[in-house]
Amino acid sequence: MDLIKSYKTKKRIGKIILYIFVIIMLIFYVFPFYYAITSSLTPNSELFSKSIKLFPKNPTFKNYILVFTERPFHQNIINSVIVAGATTILSLVFGAFAGYAVARLKMPGKVLIMSLILAVSMFPQVSILGALFQILRNMRLINTYPGLILPYIALNLPLTTWILHNFFKDIPISIEESAAIDGCSKFMTLWRIIIPLSAPGLVTTGLLTFIAAWNEFMFALTFMQLPEKYTVPVAIAMFSGKTFYELPWGQLMAAAVIVTVPLVALVLIFQNKIVAGLTAGAVKG
Amino acid sequence: MSTKIKIHYKKKDIWLGFWLILPALLAIFITAFFPLIKTFWDSLFSFGLRPGIVKRFVGFDNYIRLINDTRFMTSLINTLIFTVISVSLEFVLGLITALILNADFALRGLVRAAILIPWAIPTSVSSQMWKWMYNDQYGIVSQILYNLGWLAPGTPILSNKWSSMFAILAVDVWKTAPFMALLLLAGLQTIPSELYEAARIDGASGWKQFTKITLPILSPTIAVALIFRTLDALRVFDIFYIMNKSVETLAVYNRHILMDRAFTGAWFGYGSAISVVIFLIISIFAIIYIRSLNLKFE
Repeated sequence: MDLIKSYKTKKRIGKIILYIFVIIMLIFYVFPFYYAITSSLTPNSELFSKSIKLFPKNPTFKNYILVFTERPFHQNIINSVIVAGATTILSLVFGAFAGYAVARLKMPGKVLIMSLILAVSMFPQVSILGALFQILRNMRLINTYPGLILPYIALNLPLTTWILHNFFKDIPISIEESAAIDGCSKFMTLWRIIIPLSAPGLVTTGLLTFIAAWNEFMFALTFMQLPEKYTVPVAIAMFSGKTFYELPWGQLMAAAVIVTVPLVALVLIFQNKIVAGLTAGAVKG
Repeated sequence: MSTKIKIHYKKKDIWLGFWLILPALLAIFITAFFPLIKTFWDSLFSFGLRPGIVKRFVGFDNYIRLINDTRFMTSLINTLIFTVISVSLEFVLGLITALILNADFALRGLVRAAILIPWAIPTSVSSQMWKWMYNDQYGIVSQILYNLGWLAPGTPILSNKWSSMFAILAVDVWKTAPFMALLLLAGLQTIPSELYEAARIDGASGWKQFTKITLPILSPTIAVALIFRTLDALRVFDIFYIMNKSVETLAVYNRHILMDRAFTGAWFGYGSAISVVIFLIISIFAIIYIRSLNLKFE
């Protein structure tokens, strides 16, 4: 009897310790985001006071209005949507083509091609920054959308090609064979059958690409040099106040929340797929 | 007859494959491989980006100059310190997080989703969020440290070299430990529970189960995750550039030479030499990475 009792209390204590750990972990990972939200809703008089503020006493949306009226932040959002959107679509198309060729077609040099594409994912971006700047300047692409989209495609192709290649390999070859018997060309099979069948893979890969392009900073900082051409990460990094010394932190946090909430929502909705995609991209050998 | 058809099909395959791969190869050649070759070529010259600066061939002089550049050496050491500490902290914290997420508790799915938040936030945004928490007048982290008496009131965390290094490390660990945790969690979930049951019947303690079952089975995943993160940490730019310009990493210093100084003097060739050195350092790690992954495509 006693033995069972002590076993049960031991188990209960274990559970309590586990929950304490879970709560500490949650606070650590979520708190900075929470703090940005409360700061964005706090009026300046409260924000710039020397006390710990965990929630606003007089919440206000003023910071959210100011971020759009005092600066071209909506333009920055539009820039990011265009650049990240175009990058996602083009990387998916190019990546699906290359991934299909490597997964399914009988051709020489596959290992070399795949190695070349994957090698790009390990490139230190700063190593090609200067030369790329010169090339884009000669092509008159500095401060244009294509000037940012083109490098972004190259940066994202390793991931899209790799994940889609894995997806295509898992589709039974018999489906393609029966399409071939019905007189379907290989390209048509890819377009009409393989791509629709891999829709879940395309969604996951597209989401990862979109997040990566939306978050990229160094190229955006270097190739987009006008404030109205800034993407969101650059606009937020370059945030400045009316005077040199005081940064409008409330507005800055409002901007941070505006661009983060859609991402967080996407991540929460698609979390299972994202986890699968991340681990497939990194672990699958 | 039959061989003829086979050859016919193969040729068709090769042509289709060529056209399918062409866009991807063009994109990476124009924006990755060609710039890399150009960077190496540029590193052999002395020139700037402003018109009027005479371009002259200097051979490997730029590389020799690097050895005596204390700012370069400091940024190299900073990067290495950052890499070692951040990757080890992320690993320990990521492993703890993965073990917690692998246990059974209410709302586990929601908690797993919640820890993805730091990963999803753009680094530039999270850098600013933390910069606000570190603000020397009104930041919550500063306030807590002042109240605890660990820091003299009004001390700016981000202006001292070592305190800002630790502050930045905290941000990086916060941002990337979740990613590490998810990789490790995927590995943990492949371990059959029968192994633990058998060990428990044999009377093995929890710690013994962890070191004799969990760690050995998890080690390939751990290796990949560590190398993956090391490559990222060596390239670190965003956090240091935004949070503090007094502690430089290789990438921050390199960009400063290439994009700020190259417009005022003949610095571009020198900056290109730094780029090449960074590329070589990371290549060494990348080769280890490829070897450990043992890539196969058939």
